[in-house]
Amino acid sequence: MEFSDIIDVLLLRNYNTRLVVICTMLLGCACGLMGGFLLLRKRSLMGDTLSHATLPGVCLAFFVGVMLGGQGKSLPLLLLGATVTGVLGCAMVLFIRNNSRIKDDAAMGIVLSVFFGAGIALLTMVTKMPDGAAAGLESFIYGKTASMVLSDFWLLTVVTVCVLLLSVFLFKEFRLLCFDEVYASAQGWPVKFLDVLLLALVTAVTVAGLQAVGLILIIAFLITPAAAARFWTERLDQMLLLSVVIGGVSGWLGASVSALIPNMPAGALIVLVAASCFLISMLFGVERGVLVRLIRQLSLKRSVGRQHLLRALYEILEADGERIEGICIRPVAFRQVRGRRTWSDQQLRRCLARAYNDGLIDAVSKEDGITLTEAGLEAAAQVTRNHRLWELYLIEYADVATSRVDRDADAVEHVLGEKLVALLEAKLVKLRTADGLEVPASPHPITPGD
Amino acid sequence: MEWFSIDTWIVVVGILAAVSCALLGNFLVLRKMSMMGDAISHAVLPGLAIAFLITGARASLTMFIGAAVVGVMTAVFTQWVSRFGKVDEGASMGIVFTTLFALGLLLIVQAADHVDLDASCVLYGAIELTPLDVVWRPQLFGLDFEVPRAALVLAPVCLVNLLFVVFFFKELRISSFDSELATTMGINANLMHYLLMTLVAITTVAAFEAVGSIIVIAMLIVPAAAAHLLTDRLDLMVLISVLLAIFAAISGHVTAIILPGLIGFDPHVVDATSTSGMMAVMAGLIFAVVLFCAPRHGILVKKFRRLEAATNIESGASFSSSPFDRR
Repeated sequence: MEFSDIIDVLLLRNYNTRLVVICTMLLGCACGLMGGFLLLRKRSLMGDTLSHATLPGVCLAFFVGVMLGGQGKSLPLLLLGATVTGVLGCAMVLFIRNNSRIKDDAAMGIVLSVFFGAGIALLTMVTKMPDGAAAGLESFIYGKTASMVLSDFWLLTVVTVCVLLLSVFLFKEFRLLCFDEVYASAQGWPVKFLDVLLLALVTAVTVAGLQAVGLILIIAFLITPAAAARFWTERLDQMLLLSVVIGGVSGWLGASVSALIPNMPAGALIVLVAASCFLISMLFGVERGVLVRLIRQLSLKRSVGRQHLLRALYEILEADGERIEGICIRPVAFRQVRGRRTWSDQQLRRCLARAYNDGLIDAVSKEDGITLTEAGLEAAAQVTRNHRLWELYLIEYADVATSRVDRDADAVEHVLGEKLVALLEAKLVKLRTADGLEVPASPHPITPGD
Repeated sequence: MEWFSIDTWIVVVGILAAVSCALLGNFLVLRKMSMMGDAISHAVLPGLAIAFLITGARASLTMFIGAAVVGVMTAVFTQWVSRFGKVDEGASMGIVFTTLFALGLLLIVQAADHVDLDASCVLYGAIELTPLDVVWRPQLFGLDFEVPRAALVLAPVCLVNLLFVVFFFKELRISSFDSELATTMGINANLMHYLLMTLVAITTVAAFEAVGSIIVIAMLIVPAAAAHLLTDRLDLMVLISVLLAIFAAISGHVTAIILPGLIGFDPHVVDATSTSGMMAVMAGLIFAVVLFCAPRHGILVKKFRRLEAATNIESGASFSSSPFDRR
């Protein structure tokens, strides 16, 4: 492989490469778009069912072609047959699902296996026909990516443009269908018609792509880019756009690499590129990726730990505040803090180290004394105040027994926002004091730990 | 129609495969994981390819092990992707199996220079040819038997599945309907899940090597779904699904012999159609009949009941027929 070869492929200089790369790109875009809707409707495997269900149609169309005296292998006829049984398969899935206790997944499996079984039986008969030149019908199953012709390009272009235009025009309707079908029908939208239209568009994409790239690739194309895009955004329009881009890039990259390296089937490479995109998105997606979720979880855990520490310290100081006026900062024994909650020595030490880094406490002294800083005391008062506000609210408005509010408030205090705190203050008018920042007294006795 | 001993063996092998699948299929359908058979039967391709590349021969046992391992991995990966990535179960299944299939395709093409291993023979094993592969000739009751290899492979699989379902029936039932309840009762629902998936993988691999994947996918789902419409009891459902699977296997082979002749094929052409395909089609027909005519959950019965209720209400019959009005 020379450098100039790479340039040739990248610039699409070779006619055949250009055709294949552009076709797979177009298909990737169309599939990415449709896949987004399918994913949100939880119908990802519909593509699987659909693509299997086209096989009997192809064979029947071939039969019909031979009977009409032709060669049998006229492309429009075969595509028509594929579309008819594909739509029929989809309709049957919906029919079974809507009219019996059989669930979505089983309905799809039934249609898939029975239609494909019929297809295989027909295909065997077709190939055994004495006068039929049926060789090559199998390419409908495995695809023939490397040998696409100009008519494939036109077909894919027309289908892609149609799908794109309809999705743009019916974006609002499809969005409602994806997120709240019942609401859509209550609003008077023709839900069933929209559902069938969406599936018809998926069928069109599947059939157009099936003979170009094969059954398994179509399934992957319909699922993987959309699922990858889902990790990056919570907005439908952005997700669809991203899904289209990922589909297109997978098609382009997979087909280009396949053109560069001999003995690499384009279909398999495209699937693997799309799968890599999915893996990267799953790990690093900024909205729902695994890493981001882990980081969010960790930071929540830390802030909860810090707030627990602060409240524990505050309540200990408060206990001797009853003897002297107000709260004054003094070192608190490690043992005493340790007894306030069920945390291990190690957990508490780690918590203390982080609090020291945040400037909330002074360095832990040799005698294991923990001293709050001024900033620490302020934060501790804030946390304790939130806790007590929620406790009082529960007692006042939710009729929760005084002895039980501590645990309930424990879970909520960490997520109380400023707005909610203001609301609580307004509700609990009698707590208002001159400076408005006083920490109310605890409604239940606080057992001192040792 | 002429019936040879070959036909008997085809039906026996078909029944063994169908029953093995139908037994496990009940629990897949109840767990809403019906597509697992389809996913596994596609995903095992890299397992076959790697086993082949390592041993350099089409030795059955290594390929079987390779495929079964990848089959179980499919189930594990699917659960990982859907749990850690919070992706819809169906979508994660689709992603995992298409990726594994593509990987397998790539490996096979790389190896294809020096082997005859193609994707279609993996996916569409021919049940018609199984009786020709005879490995055991026992003499029983003075009769000569020629037991094909497929039967020898599938019989123990069928037996293991049967024992699994019988012995773990309680655990399977509880964990299929309510996995949280199962956990509180001290049943390891996760373990049951993976045991089931392992058996599905082994059954899938054993069956499709012998008879083709289409039988596996169809028999895992269709008889169980039909049985689900016929009864509300799980033990009966398992029994009915097995009976339906047997019926589908027999009628499938009979149709495969008769049908080509009916539509103008020369009746002397052997194997004019695919027996496994016809078995799937017959299973589908059985399901269609059940879907409409099932006594309680059938569409016709439901329609009729609704109609009856409507006319009763219209004519006020529902009131006059009450015992209080007759006095």
